[in-house]
Amino acid sequence: MNEKERPIVLPGEFLCQREGKKIGDNVYEEDGKVFSKVIGIPKITDSEVSVIALSGKYMPKVGDRVIGTIIGVEVAGWFVDINSPYVAFLPLGEAVEEFVDTSRVDISKYYDVNEVIFCRILKVAKNKIIQVTMHDLQAKKLVGGVIVKITPSKVPRVIGKGGSMINLIKNKTNCEILVGQNGVIWIKGKDKSKAIEAILLIEKESHIIGLTEKVEKMLSEEK
Amino acid sequence: MKRGEVKLLAEGKRIDGRKPEEMRNVEIKVDVISRSDGSAEVAFGRTRVLASVYGPRTLYPKYLQEHETGILRCRYSMAPFSVDERKSPAPDRRSIELSKVIRLALEPAIFLEDFPKTVVDVYLEVIEADGSTRVTGINASSLALALAGIPMRDLVCACSVGKIDNTLILDLNGKEDNYSEVDMAFAMMPGKGKITLLQMDGLVTKEELKKLIEMAKSACEKIYEMQKNALREKYKVSE
Repeated sequence: MNEKERPIVLPGEFLCQREGKKIGDNVYEEDGKVFSKVIGIPKITDSEVSVIALSGKYMPKVGDRVIGTIIGVEVAGWFVDINSPYVAFLPLGEAVEEFVDTSRVDISKYYDVNEVIFCRILKVAKNKIIQVTMHDLQAKKLVGGVIVKITPSKVPRVIGKGGSMINLIKNKTNCEILVGQNGVIWIKGKDKSKAIEAILLIEKESHIIGLTEKVEKMLSEEK
Repeated sequence: MKRGEVKLLAEGKRIDGRKPEEMRNVEIKVDVISRSDGSAEVAFGRTRVLASVYGPRTLYPKYLQEHETGILRCRYSMAPFSVDERKSPAPDRRSIELSKVIRLALEPAIFLEDFPKTVVDVYLEVIEADGSTRVTGINASSLALALAGIPMRDLVCACSVGKIDNTLILDLNGKEDNYSEVDMAFAMMPGKGKITLLQMDGLVTKEELKKLIEMAKSACEKIYEMQKNALREKYKVSE
């Protein structure tokens, strides 16, 4: 194995014996053996086996903070595109604090089509009916800025350990950056083209070790 | 020309100079279509197939949605210039049948129940046809599905086997395909040892059939290694 690279597993590749371990994301069990479902980086601990996928669509999970675009206004809520195969619903009660008389008020004054919001996934039903909420400390409407989409599984690499990577980009470029778990990144600031470049680099080379140094070098060089 | 009129085997060599159990040159390219979620191009000799995968994405019209599982759609189509005489680009009986056969060969490998109400689309375009297009298509789509991040049990590998002049042969080309006594398409998940497609034309004895399956299995193992290498190559970082 090359030192610069992380080991990669392919679909159907044997990971380890189950031996009472918890089955995590992107793995499946057959006769006590655990196999990978996707191309990704394996994570095997004493208690859990999982694989971080290197590609794929976003599958909503309760508690994820995501960036969504309003695609439809209903009588008592909004439909939100969260960059996933499933459309989420934002109920009126989860978006507005005050009492709203829906028979008199046009709720598009709160959120209208094409507006971008930062929200939290409240509920995912078994048949993938998804609700989001704005009752969250960080939730807000995002005004201005640009949106970059990356592979959702690479979001942890963009954030880095304890936010190291994202803070590095924020400090070096003086941009306001918000990362949604669904792979949508919102950037606002003067130097946003550099921030976008850094993020795209992370997406392209997310599986190598020592990425933070590489990004730091890239951002310092261009000054 | 009728079957058997062309001399397909002379002095132990086939018309393209191969030995009976020799495969054609295999070429694999991954991520050839940037706007797709996953794509691959596989060539077996002069047969060349392009596969692209889109999804999982919401399925419309809504009445086609399955509540418990996602669905897989395949479209096999031959480019008008892929064969000697121009082929009409419209889907014909053969294309529709092959689309279904390819879908059935891929379905057992995919965890469709992981994404209910959605669809995964696989589009196969035969750029050049010289025999064994359906198995080349299965190889290409299996790679494209893996690259798109679709959860799979294993990669699906496929190859064709047949019989000419009472000799069992591997990986038929266009001429052999047309005039062979037996022609069998075969797909399997080599890691699991499970066969997902077995189609045959012609007459064979029980022993011959067993031998054909053995031949196809060992060829699939080789293709499996090539597929894995191609996928690993993509994630190698050039320093």
